Order: sequence, then C-alpha cells, then structure tokens
Amino acid sequence: MSTENTTASAEAAAAQGAQGAIKERSSFRSFISKYGIFLIFLGMCALIAVVTIDNGVSIFLKYRNIVNVLRQSSVIGIIACGVTFIIITGGIDLSSGSLVALIGCVSAIVAREVYGLPWILAVLVAMALGILAGAINGTLTAKAHIPPFIATLGMMVSARGVGFLITGGRPVDNLSESYQFLGQGTILNWGENFFVPIPVLIFLAVALLSHYLLSQTRFGKYTYALGGNEQAAYICGVNVDRHKIFVYAYAGFLTSIAAVVLTARVSAGQPSAGIMYELDAIASAVIGGTSLQGGIGVIGGTVVGTLIIGVMNNGLDLMGVSSYWQQILKGLIIIGAVIIDTMRHRGGKS
Amino acid sequence: MAEEFLLSMEHIRKQFPGVLALDDVSLQVRPGTVHALMGENGAGKSTLMKVLLGIYVPDEGVIRFDGTEHEKMDIHSSLTHGISMIHQELTPILHMTVAENIFLGREPVRGRTGWVNHKELYQKTQELFDSLSINIDPKAKMVDLSIASMQMVEIATAISYNSKLIIMDEPTSAITEKEVAHLFRMINDVRDKGVAVIYITHKMDEVFEISDEVTVLRDGRFVGTKPASEMTKNKLISMMVGRELTNFFPKLDVPITDVKLEVKNISLEGKFKNVSFEVRKGEILGFAGLMGSGRTEVIESVFGIYPPDSGEILVDGKAAKIGQPMDAIKYGMGLLTEDRKLSGLFLPLSVRDNMVYSNIDKYKNRFGLNYKLMEEECERQRQALSVKTPSLAQIVVNLSGGNQQKVLIARWLLTEPDILFLDEPTRGIDVGAKSEIHKLMSSLAKMGKAIVMVSSEMPEVLGMSDRIVVMCEGEKAGELTREQATQERILQLAAGEAVTV
Repeated sequence: MSTENTTASAEAAAAQGAQGAIKERSSFRSFISKYGIFLIFLGMCALIAVVTIDNGVSIFLKYRNIVNVLRQSSVIGIIACGVTFIIITGGIDLSSGSLVALIGCVSAIVAREVYGLPWILAVLVAMALGILAGAINGTLTAKAHIPPFIATLGMMVSARGVGFLITGGRPVDNLSESYQFLGQGTILNWGENFFVPIPVLIFLAVALLSHYLLSQTRFGKYTYALGGNEQAAYICGVNVDRHKIFVYAYAGFLTSIAAVVLTARVSAGQPSAGIMYELDAIASAVIGGTSLQGGIGVIGGTVVGTLIIGVMNNGLDLMGVSSYWQQILKGLIIIGAVIIDTMRHRGGKS
Repeated sequence: MAEEFLLSMEHIRKQFPGVLALDDVSLQVRPGTVHALMGENGAGKSTLMKVLLGIYVPDEGVIRFDGTEHEKMDIHSSLTHGISMIHQELTPILHMTVAENIFLGREPVRGRTGWVNHKELYQKTQELFDSLSINIDPKAKMVDLSIASMQMVEIATAISYNSKLIIMDEPTSAITEKEVAHLFRMINDVRDKGVAVIYITHKMDEVFEISDEVTVLRDGRFVGTKPASEMTKNKLISMMVGRELTNFFPKLDVPITDVKLEVKNISLEGKFKNVSFEVRKGEILGFAGLMGSGRTEVIESVFGIYPPDSGEILVDGKAAKIGQPMDAIKYGMGLLTEDRKLSGLFLPLSVRDNMVYSNIDKYKNRFGLNYKLMEEECERQRQALSVKTPSLAQIVVNLSGGNQQKVLIARWLLTEPDILFLDEPTRGIDVGAKSEIHKLMSSLAKMGKAIVMVSSEMPEVLGMSDRIVVMCEGEKAGELTREQATQERILQLAAGEAVTV
C-alpha cells in the first residue's frame, strides 16, 4: 500500500468536493444484496412445488418431503456453519469430510452396544476430538504460518488415514440404541403428519448458536475484523493468532457434532464416510453469500445456501432426473454464486 | 509532580540493513501542546513514531513516557498507556460499520460470553460524534463512506481513546478545508484538556496555524526543536534541507539534441491534471515533488499502464497512441518502476530470465527459444553493468538491491529503448551502487537516449538532471533548468509556493 496511491485517491475525494458523507447506494440494490439469495431460494421452492404437482397436490410440499430435505441437509449444514467462520477470517478448511469419518468412527467405538457406555460419553469424546483437530488446524495456520489450504489439506489426508488405521478399514457397528436415537429419532410426534427429526433440531440449534456467536459477540466481531483487515485488527489489540485457533477449533467442534449425527443415522462409524463433505459445506457457505476473500458472510445465508443445494437435489429426485445431472447443476450454482458475489463487490468498491 | 515533558525520546538509534534510519534522535513533547514533526521523505519521522508505538524496537535509546522509562514500547500496551495514533494509510475494516471499526478491540460487552451490547456501541459512537460535532451515521458501513469521512472516523477513533498523547500522521491528506478547520477545533479542544499532539505533515501552513513547537529531522538525524513563534517558512525549509551537496555525481557533458518525447496537457481523473513536458535526446529530465504529488502516476500513464483521459503524447513529433505498455515499448520506451520488488522483478527466477522477459520475441527461433543468443546477450549486459552475481542462473531474490536494480536496467536496455523512464532508480541502494547507476544513466544519455528520472532524493535530482519538472498535488508546479535549480526552490515549488527565478 503505497503512500502515493492513498494520497492521490484522497485528492480525488477532495477534488470532488466531498459531496455528502455517504456514497449513494440505491435502496433497491442493497435490498437485493441482502436478501437476494433468500428470494432465489423461495423462487426455487415455488418452481419445484409447481412442477411436482400430481393430482392437484404438490409432492414437494408434503410435510414428509420437506422434513426429508431438512434432515438430509442437516449434516452438511452443521459443518457449513463452522466453515463459515473460517472463510470469513479469510481461511479455508478442507478437513471436515475426513474428520467426520474419523470422529464418527471413534465415537462409534465408544458407543458400541457391547461396552454399555452412556451415549453422552460417545458424544463428549467426539467433541473433544473435534476441538483438538480444529485447534491443530488453527495452530498450524496461525503459529506455523502454513496457508490454511495446505494445513487443512494435510489434516484431511492424514485424518482419513488414522480413521482407516483405527478401524482396520471396517465399519464400526452394533451401536447402542440411545446413541442411534440421535440420528434417527424424532420428537414432538404429533401423529403421522407431524414430527421433528433430532438431526434437524440439532442443525437448528447449531445454526442459532453460530448466528448468535457471529453477530452478537466480540468473538464474531473479531472474526469479521480478521477477514476484513488482519493488520488493522492486530493494531487494535486483537490477539490474531489466538482468535484463529478458536475459530478453527469451533469449526472442528461443529464437525464433530455432524459426525455424531451422521454416524447415529447410518448406525455405523465408517472410515470411508464424509467424502466431499468439506466441499459441499464450503459450497453452501459460498452460495449463501460468504465471500472467499474474507470479511463477509452470515449464518442465515449459509443455511439458505445449504437448503438451496438440498432442495435442488430433492426437486430433481422427485422429477426423476438422474443424480449425475444434480451434480452438474450443483457445480453451476456454485460458479454462479461466486460470479454474483464478485460482481457485487467489484461494483461497490470505489 | 508535574514533569516538564510528557514524552521524552532520547538518543534513539535504529538501523536497518543498509540504512541507518535514526541516528541519535531525540524528541521532547510537553503536555497540552501541539508538537509538529517535520522533515523530507525518508528523514525518519514515520520510523520514529513506529518506535514510539512499539512497532519497531530501537537499537539504542530510552523512551520516557508519563513518568515511566521504557527501553522499548509494546504495540498492545501503548494504547492502554495512553498513546493513540492516526495512521497515514487508512486501514479500515470495510464491511463492518463505523461504530464497529471505532470500538474494535474494546466493544462494550455484557457477561462472560462476550455478548456485544450493540445498543451501547452505537450510543457511545453517537455520543463521541456529538461531542466532536461529526456528522456521520454510526451504523453506516465503512465501505460506503467517502475517503474524507473515513479519515474523520480515524481521527475520532484516536481521540476516543482519551490518550495523553495523540500522534497524527498526515491527518489532512484526504480532507477538505472545511474539515481541516473542524479538525483544528478538535485539536484545540484536546490541547486545552492537557493532551499532547505530535503532528506530522508536509503542509507548512498547517504547521504555523496549529503547532506550538516544531522539531525537524533530516536524514535520520535530529536538527533542532524551536517554538513555532520563532519559526519562519524559510528557516523551516533550510532546516529540513540544509545539507552539504557533495558533488559525486558523474554527470557528463552530453550534447542535447532534438525533442524526442512531447507530452501535452495530459490529465487523468483523480491523479493528475494538465501536465506538459518534453524530453530531448541526450537529456536527463528530473521529476521532483513530494510523495503523492503524482509523479509516478504521470510516467506510468505515459507508459500506458493507465493511459490519460485527455491530452497528447508525441514521439519524434508524431502522435503516439499508447493504450497499454506493449504499445509504449513499441515506441521505444522503457520503464523502471518505483518498487522493484512489487512490480519489477520476478523474484524466484534467475538473473537471465529477469533480463529477457520483456523482449522474448527477439529470441524465438523455429524450435522454440534461442538460448545461446539469450546467454550471450545477458552475459554482455552483466559485464557492461557490472552486475555482481555468481552466475546468470542465480535467483534474483538473492542479489543485493543495487544489483537487482541493474538487472532491471539490463532488461530494459535489451529492448533497445530510446526513452527511459526511471522511477526512484537508486532508492534503497548503497552509495557505491548508486554511483554506478548514475554513471550508467550518464552514458545512456551520451548514447542519445532521452531519460526521465523521478526521484525524491534532492542531491540526486540536482546532481543528475539537465532540467527539473516539479509536481505538486497532481499538477506541474514549475520547471527549473540546471542552473536555476536549488534545493530551496524545488522544495518551495513542491509545497505549492510560487518561486522567483
């Protein structure tokens, strides 16, 4: 950042006569900017709802179907909430998928019927492992100054290996009933046409907690500050290294929750689980408006991003479209979302 | 108990590789005063302040602040100890709000979860703005503010720390006269409260209007401190500039012939306005001016990096259409950029690669590249310029600054240019290499090339130029011949003063 450039552009501002303290920004434009992705989501739902009408009833809108979509999006959604924090700080996390597998297997071992241990123990073990793995990611990034891409790539590859090592390559099954309930159970069962699956509840809780952390606490502010301008944050007295470690640890914590939900749902810890989950999570965040440059993103957006992918998959399923098309479409949506994001920020800057 | 000085920096020494930035510098500031810190570019002002804040650790010297003695300061505790700073370069967090930026690191929180009390955050900001009569919406995002407003926010932030000492580094670089008056009111207010202000600026009018005392630094040394009342503009200038000009500039007597390059009334929105100059074959045209005066922008514009909005460029009397650097190179121009590490060198590549990449077409043959020819030409350049390197394959990042610069000069020489733009050609280079580069410039002029040299080093400008164009705030302030040029005249033009010749 050369002094010449700052002063020259400063002269431009002065030359323009400092017309008004705030640049004009049409309220329409800011409305779209804030809620655009949500409107797109609603539009998609409306479209699919209409297209799947059969005998006057929309299959898409049936309660069972909607709940299905939510349940299927839960695991990725939980991971995505955590990775949102990381991306806002300007980093990235490629290890989520492998950690889901590893943590899932470890948790499953503790949850085996034959050991008779309480399910809460399996959960706590998972969380501890998740926080540890995340903290390692964070420490490598912050203290060893390894680019997050590389640090988490290393974690991704080695964690996968550890998972296979511990399990001998075989699934860990025969888990206790109470543990499986976490992934398969439902509550508020008011008859056949209303119930809330536990995974959805957990997703909701995670989203709310993450939203609170990001928007209402100092932790959240520092996360944005780091992504916006790390040097400025440092000069203001923010402990940059420590904060990075916390952010990655939090993401690890959420990944562990996702691992438990997944393992409980499929009734087994599988060392080969979670392939590509990290990318799906990142995609969800990006579609939801989180900028890979850092400094920008909200949990609400990430949740919508997750659901957009979920709804799209579901809609194409209902329409009988091959899952290969779903994949292609997902890729296009990701590219589209980033193009929109780039245009938005190019246009806004002076 | 009242100590005379709030701050006393004594015999500070700071050495960087190749450069002694601060040589026995002392600064003493009384509470409740505005103390101006002046000096040319590179005099050491910013370095001294960075030492004070704790960004740099001094090699020698003592800092006494508010009764306590420190051997070095610490960036985190300097804020709590009562020193805050308005930085020269604005570094806001663009996508957060004004209030969030101001209170970053000290947000009002409730409870142990660190829950931010947003209501209080915005209230406090509004109160701060009210007390300073600032009219900006605390909820606005920084990215939506004009640069002038961003600077006002920066000023408000520094004042909000209720520090005993506020350092203001070029606080008026981006704001208009009305806001400057406002700033001075704010400064008067805090001064009445006993706060000390260190005010760094190039604008002499401001110094006389607002400061109580003035300290001048020159070439990393302390020149003197005087009450503002005893200062005059001329005295100030001569303190800033008065050095002996040792004449070790190897300027040859070179025949200056036809006009090679003519630039007529070029303007670029926001960067410079109505600039005209000409350069003849065999001539060295110096471009002087303060930082931010637009010199780099002008030559980069002529070279096609961002072409001017209006105006004409003529090469050999004919109109030249330059839309991108490629065009400029075709017209026989070459450009040595201001920051060789940023926009000049390919650091991880070899000396040879760095030399040939501007002109790769020359070495194409039917099978690919003619490496033999490349090696020959590069070797010839290496010898001609005395580039100290174990071999042409040496990675360029390992070379010293002077030799890196020579590699870049070699690169441009290989394109056989007629016009050479050199932006700060000897910046950050030791004396020996400097002299070699100057010799080089002279011999290039002798070959009939037209040379434009942007430089912030007065002795270099005076020693090497046949004529000097002085820029000030984006416009051409004046032109001096070699005979007419003196340091004082150049500085006066650069500061926007009229000069009698």
